[in-house]
Amino acid sequence: MTRPSALPPLPRPYQDTAAYWEAAREHRFIIQKCRDCGEYQFYPRGVCSHCLGSALDWEEASGRAEVYSFSVNYRAPHPGFAEATPFVLALVTLAEGPRMMTNIVDCDPESVRIGMAVTVTFDDVTEEVTLPKFRPA
Amino acid sequence: MKELSNSVAIVGVDESDEIGKLPDVSLTSLHLQAVHNAVADAGLKISDVDGIFTAGQHSPAMLGEALGITPRYVDGTSVGGCSFIMMVGHAVAALHHGLCDVAVISHGESGRSGTGVTRARDTSLSGQYEMPYGFGGAPTYFGMITTRHMHEYGTTLEDWARVAVSTRAWAGLNPKAMFQDPITVEDVLNSPKLFYPFNLLNICLVTDAGGAVVLTSLERARDLKKAPVRVLGAGEAHTHRMISQMPDLTQTAAAISGKLAFERSGLTHADIDVAEIYDSFTITVLLTLESLGFCAKGEGGAFVANQRTAPGGDFPMNTQGGALSYTHPGMFGIFTVIEGVRQVRGECGPRQVPDARVALCNGTGGVLSSTGTIILGRD
Repeated sequence: MTRPSALPPLPRPYQDTAAYWEAAREHRFIIQKCRDCGEYQFYPRGVCSHCLGSALDWEEASGRAEVYSFSVNYRAPHPGFAEATPFVLALVTLAEGPRMMTNIVDCDPESVRIGMAVTVTFDDVTEEVTLPKFRPA
Repeated sequence: MKELSNSVAIVGVDESDEIGKLPDVSLTSLHLQAVHNAVADAGLKISDVDGIFTAGQHSPAMLGEALGITPRYVDGTSVGGCSFIMMVGHAVAALHHGLCDVAVISHGESGRSGTGVTRARDTSLSGQYEMPYGFGGAPTYFGMITTRHMHEYGTTLEDWARVAVSTRAWAGLNPKAMFQDPITVEDVLNSPKLFYPFNLLNICLVTDAGGAVVLTSLERARDLKKAPVRVLGAGEAHTHRMISQMPDLTQTAAAISGKLAFERSGLTHADIDVAEIYDSFTITVLLTLESLGFCAKGEGGAFVANQRTAPGGDFPMNTQGGALSYTHPGMFGIFTVIEGVRQVRGECGPRQVPDARVALCNGTGGVLSSTGTIILGRD
């Protein structure tokens, strides 16, 4: 994605999510796994969404995912997206199970299809903030 | 529910003095006008009101202060645009148990002009996991939902467009509707492409408007100005908040809230004379019809074919012109109730569905996160 001259809205991490964003900055894609019930979850939380246990480990995810659904945005929702428009906003199902919102990049927006295999890639939006995104595998 | 519906009635409904583009009317004024008008419709006075129900920018406390009311029952359930439909069920329960005597459900929103509005909202999780990827308002999410439905069921852009066409035809019969000129499927398909798979005319309006609904005991209702409208069934549910957490993009919580409302009313789909379905997007309508069980999953497109949801059709739907063509300040739920009551009362003039005795109103909130369903009938 071309670097926009205006910045898009940036994440503001807090205690539950700080580790995720720190890892992303190092180009590592980590998600939480519950030590009690063994389930993965996304987005990061202080407790497990399956069993409400608090013993959560961060695991390096495979970075593999499949497009669950998408929309192509032909209008920039914010000045920070002006140069990237049209762009693909997508929900992807991670190989580990959870679903997350992301962008599908490095391809023609109109070539994206449901079921497409994608892999994580890292977009350094600023020196402090890196967004995990996905590109065709 | 039978016991509840035998003891409570809707007695007043109305919009704010005007709806549409109203840069000079604040959110508070929209609320107050709507409450004033709905209370007058009931033949009651503001000082009779002792139950306040509202969602959105104003808390019940703000509304109570503005109305000069010290309520003895308040409800600020806020789970999106369907909250006001849920509140009908809540008010019925509260009135039945004598927790208040006259309940007002109010909505006011300066959605288009932003007059008297604080724009700030909580974006802590959405701000981290959605906004940075280019959230463009609800259309981006509903676009993803639509894409998935097309993938699973082969629904077409023409199917969605037909909902916009029939809704506009109803709006043509409502002088309060923002857009009244008829449109065709081609007009919808040729309207600006903003978010695949949507064109502009698949997306609801953004307006300034208020609306209010007044309820009291059935006993008292029978002495008031207009024929009481009974709440025969009510149901509510929510399944998620953020769309990435939605269990199945093609099924809404209406599968739960609708089932509850039907069960509690003892009625079946065949008993429904008119349906008022929150049409935030054309997709919302088809998904809701499927989730409510009016047709099987994936068959919403076929269900609305041949303009059977248009005036004169055998499934009259969104008879005031809906959020797509009449008005939509942002949280439309209250307007489905207002129209459902007016249809059951038989006061809709040129758009009146002949002998409409039972109306179903369904609202959706958030990103298909929550739903409220009510079934209304004559006394």
